[in-house]
Amino acid sequence: MDLFSPSIGLIVWSTIVFLTLLFILAKFAWKPVMAAIKEREQFIDDALNKAELATQEMARLTAQNEDLMKQARAERDEILKEAKMLKDNIVNEAKTQAQTEGTKLIEKARIEIENQKKAALAELKGQVSSLSLEIAERVLRSQLDDKAKQQDLVASLLKDVELN
Amino acid sequence: MHFSHIFKSKKNLQSTFLALFLAFFSLNVSAHPKPDAPASAENHGTVASEGTKTEEFDITAFILHHIADSHGFHLWGEGDNSVAVSLPVILWIDNGLVTFMSSAFHHDDEGKHVVEKNGQRFVNYHEKIYIASVTPNEHGEYMSLDADHKASNVLPLDFSITKNVFTLIFSAIILIIVFVGVANSYAKRKGKSPKGFQSLIEPVILFIRDDIAIPNLGAKYEGYMPYLLTVFFFIWFNNILGMVPFFPGGANLTGNINLTLVLSVITFLITNVKANGHYWKHIFWMPGVPVPMKIFLAPLELMGVFTKPIALMIRLFANITAGHILVLALLCLIFVFKSIFIAPVSIVFVVFISMIELLVGFIQAFIFTVLTALFIGLAVQEHGEH
Repeated sequence: MDLFSPSIGLIVWSTIVFLTLLFILAKFAWKPVMAAIKEREQFIDDALNKAELATQEMARLTAQNEDLMKQARAERDEILKEAKMLKDNIVNEAKTQAQTEGTKLIEKARIEIENQKKAALAELKGQVSSLSLEIAERVLRSQLDDKAKQQDLVASLLKDVELN
Repeated sequence: MHFSHIFKSKKNLQSTFLALFLAFFSLNVSAHPKPDAPASAENHGTVASEGTKTEEFDITAFILHHIADSHGFHLWGEGDNSVAVSLPVILWIDNGLVTFMSSAFHHDDEGKHVVEKNGQRFVNYHEKIYIASVTPNEHGEYMSLDADHKASNVLPLDFSITKNVFTLIFSAIILIIVFVGVANSYAKRKGKSPKGFQSLIEPVILFIRDDIAIPNLGAKYEGYMPYLLTVFFFIWFNNILGMVPFFPGGANLTGNINLTLVLSVITFLITNVKANGHYWKHIFWMPGVPVPMKIFLAPLELMGVFTKPIALMIRLFANITAGHILVLALLCLIFVFKSIFIAPVSIVFVVFISMIELLVGFIQAFIFTVLTALFIGLAVQEHGEH
């Protein structure tokens, strides 16, 4: 059959042409094309990876920010609490100090009053004794006339003075 | 290794369907040839006769003539009036190389016109160039034919640029221009998305890489990509070029067994040169089976080494040739029925079959590439799963 007849010319030519085609395309077409496709895919992969990393970084930063915020808030609360405590302490201290100061003043005043009183009493005693002496003198003077009466009077006067 | 996807894929289902479909049609065609019409040379030129001749139209010879190789691109006209693109004839005879243009035969392919060159006389007999007999026979052919129309003339080694060789070179040049152009646009638009023709080609390249090379060849796919890509685009382009009915198409290159032979021999060589010990061990001393079985399997496996590329060769040749025969046979209906009114029917069918042939052209290129990748993959894989 004609269809299957071998043709050495076509075999030789197709071998030469096909191998040349293969060589030229491999060198000048497939190599750069495959390299370019690979490079681009690499690039896309890298870009996607980078995007992924960026998202992760973003999430990390957000979480960190959140943490920082929480920490700051906690710190603020702490500081406020401390400040409040400090204020309370100060107020309390001031109160107690004022109290002690007051009691001290009161004490002082009391002591002063006591002293004054004592001084007044002493003075009064002195005055009373001088007054008594004066009285006694006058009584003596008046009673010296009557001796017995004089003695009774002195005795009763002295009794009165001592009671005081 | 997973082969199941080949058989499961929708494309193969389609091709199976088409194969059955084509088989159905070719049965119809084979019913048509007239058994009483000898494939004689006289009948041959009656295609455009105005019906004045009463000879039977020989459909077989007509079709075989059209799918065969020839020394020139016939454009139009008949006999001496035909217009054809002349191609160089290069012959190797005992006393050296002889070259002349095919126009020297004056469109004769019946051995009637003798060309004298370098002291040798040549005739073109059914597109084969013989050394002419000294005297013509009773039909005026400078041939000595026996009873079976077999020529006993000397057949010089023919390295002519025939229609197929011309198409071969033409397609190679087109492919080089196209793909070097594509490569340049990659260089120009470095790292950017493909554009224009580049974006048309890139999915096909990625398809070959991701669906053919990587599943079959695994990690070692890169080294085989140039061959797979070249063979795929070469077959595909020539399949489609063969569908173009006029110059520079029309040559039945991928439907020529000589070309498919060359392609499958290259696949065969790559497969066996790259094959590792594992592969040869599986052929000559199949592991995991009893010794008598090993001895029994070795010749079968060895046969498989050769049948695989032979199947590759026949498959492409038969599919493409069948498509051409089908189209021609449908056109021949007009001449068989001798009625112009059958022409619309023929044309509708031819357009339909041509559409299918476009698909078959792709599918055959795909199958050739897949099987090439598969055979190479089988030969180079490290850990067989049997």
